Amino acid sequence: MKIHEYQAKELFKKYDIPVPAGGVAWDPPAAVKTAATLGGFPVVVKAQIHAGGRGKGGGVKLAGSLGEVERITGKMLGMTLVTHQTGPEGRRVGKVLVEQGLSIVRELYLGIVPDRSTAKIVVIASQAGGMDIEAVADRTPEKIVKVFINPLDGIRSFHCRQIAYALELPQAAMKQFLNMLPRLYRLFVEYDCSLLEINPLVLTAEDKLVALDAKAGFDDNALFRHPDILECRDLAEEDPLEIEASKYNLNYINLDGNIGNMVNGAGLAMATMDIIKRAGGEPANFLDVGGGASSEMVENGFRIILSDKKVKGILINIFGGILRCDVLADGVVQAAKKTGITVPVVVRMEGTNVEKGRRILSESGLNLTTAVDLKDAAAKVAGLVA
Amino acid sequence: MSIFINAKTRVLVQGITGREGQFHTRQCVTYGTQVVAGVTPGKGGQEMDGIPVFNTVREAVDRTGADCSLIFVPPAFAAEGIMETADAGIRIVVAITEGIPVLDMMKVKNYLAGKAIRLIGPNCPGIITPGECKVGIMPGPIHKPGGPIGVISRSGTLTYEVVYQLTLQGIGQTTCIGIGGDPVTGTTFIDCLEAFEKDPETRGVVIVGEIGGTAEEETASFIEKHFSKPVVGFIAGLTAPPGRRMGHAGAIISGKSGTAGAKIAAMKKSGIHVCEDLGLFGEFCAKVFGHA
Repeated sequence: MKIHEYQAKELFKKYDIPVPAGGVAWDPPAAVKTAATLGGFPVVVKAQIHAGGRGKGGGVKLAGSLGEVERITGKMLGMTLVTHQTGPEGRRVGKVLVEQGLSIVRELYLGIVPDRSTAKIVVIASQAGGMDIEAVADRTPEKIVKVFINPLDGIRSFHCRQIAYALELPQAAMKQFLNMLPRLYRLFVEYDCSLLEINPLVLTAEDKLVALDAKAGFDDNALFRHPDILECRDLAEEDPLEIEASKYNLNYINLDGNIGNMVNGAGLAMATMDIIKRAGGEPANFLDVGGGASSEMVENGFRIILSDKKVKGILINIFGGILRCDVLADGVVQAAKKTGITVPVVVRMEGTNVEKGRRILSESGLNLTTAVDLKDAAAKVAGLVA
Repeated sequence: MSIFINAKTRVLVQGITGREGQFHTRQCVTYGTQVVAGVTPGKGGQEMDGIPVFNTVREAVDRTGADCSLIFVPPAFAAEGIMETADAGIRIVVAITEGIPVLDMMKVKNYLAGKAIRLIGPNCPGIITPGECKVGIMPGPIHKPGGPIGVISRSGTLTYEVVYQLTLQGIGQTTCIGIGGDPVTGTTFIDCLEAFEKDPETRGVVIVGEIGGTAEEETASFIEKHFSKPVVGFIAGLTAPPGRRMGHAGAIISGKSGTAGAKIAAMKKSGIHVCEDLGLFGEFCAKVFGHA
């Protein structure tokens, strides 16, 4: 799960990690009011969306007066911000963060992520801050330092020194950094983060380190123990069909294509999307109804795909194991009766209770095409898009 | 022959009294698996279909000689359950549980390091040696006993699809292992390959991977150097968008890392036979392994 920069900075404050003075605003008067408390100019107005690359897209602006704050905020709110991370459709800006401007001497990078292959927590740092860290890693890997930490042992001061010396910090900032990194690490583990990133971490003219930006992501599997993070969820950042699917615990992702699909199991769902592509179509979604889906879940999943306007055909692919084919068939029939089928539907079923499932579908009187195996299903999908 | 489990494996089920635990214990017993004990804290002394239930794994091992554990414990408690088996002398632990926090799994993996225990999963369908022993939730009848092919997969139902197509072609399996769809898993493709290399009955291996991480790339370079038998590979997720978690917690393309294209390229470069059309998977394998 992602949260906004302003929410991440609230978390940082909780752990005494310095951030610029400022506050979030939903309208120009509030932005002006916040700017007036910052004690000088310039101030920075930053669009709050769940995507990086905001600066280049016009989502970060300097203001030299309260009038400018009002004008910039007015323009930014409601605008559609397109960055390399939002896709061409962009994101609507609903709030801005207003912050004091700082006199910046150096821009550094500091991040913490889990490393899946070593099962260690990695602290990543670089003197080349303020840039896309993946590009830095690609072009100049020697500018990146990584320290691996065993989560059973936790971070030690020598870990912190290793990073601090690699960053070549001045003496005053060094002490501050050695204090700050263990707190950032604590935030990471106490909140089950999937990512913490400060890019840039700036060194000011006063030799102070400040988190100019803040990015935090959280492990979805661990949200059950972090109700305060769940409260940060911003539905405006999510796709309406995905919000609907999440109500029924369905693993659904809305995509750009024309062929809807419903599958049990994530791997088989991805493979089914690939089959659609090979057959000449484009998947309109990812939908894993899960291993133990009830007919209600299937019904809701099918209804969500049917309500997607760009869908020109649907492929249902079920390998019955725990999810029995008759349960699936029931769900499909219920949804079809309630919503009505307006596009061709190809159904491929195999596994537990497949005969019973096929009978339910054929006796339903619905206009469904059955496929005997995956090869046949692919050919029939190709027929849909031809 | 087989790897990791066989007809002699003595299984205990952690979470045996829960809905899922009960259902799948019965399925395993029906398949012929020796389920000798169950563990549910607080329910020691009870029985489930005549199988004795204990409060702790240690007690279950001491009393029944179980050497393998199958875990259906809910995500919040699963990490504890796995670590408990390591301290009780279990040889192989299979964690079906989906949704264990990544940080918990990182701690588990470091806790198990250096101990004589193998963890399979979590978030996996389990492991089966067809005709001998099923420790997991996969449908038994789709498998064909007797080998000669080993199967390793990060997925559940996609594994069933692949195994079923092998069986329809008359190609049996030695052992099929679901290593799990989480970012941090106990057993890797490479661990399984090392075991399959030593198993004389296994004459070829199928690897089913998916987007996310770099396990398939590392496996490909291992195969090039250390694996002598023919390998067929399949990768799911060519059409998956970057930055989105595709159901499995581990199935996410981050930045440029973890794409299906990179994995397929690495596999081909290492001499793995990559099947790109799942509909023709069985036929593809028949061709490759026909010459095995």
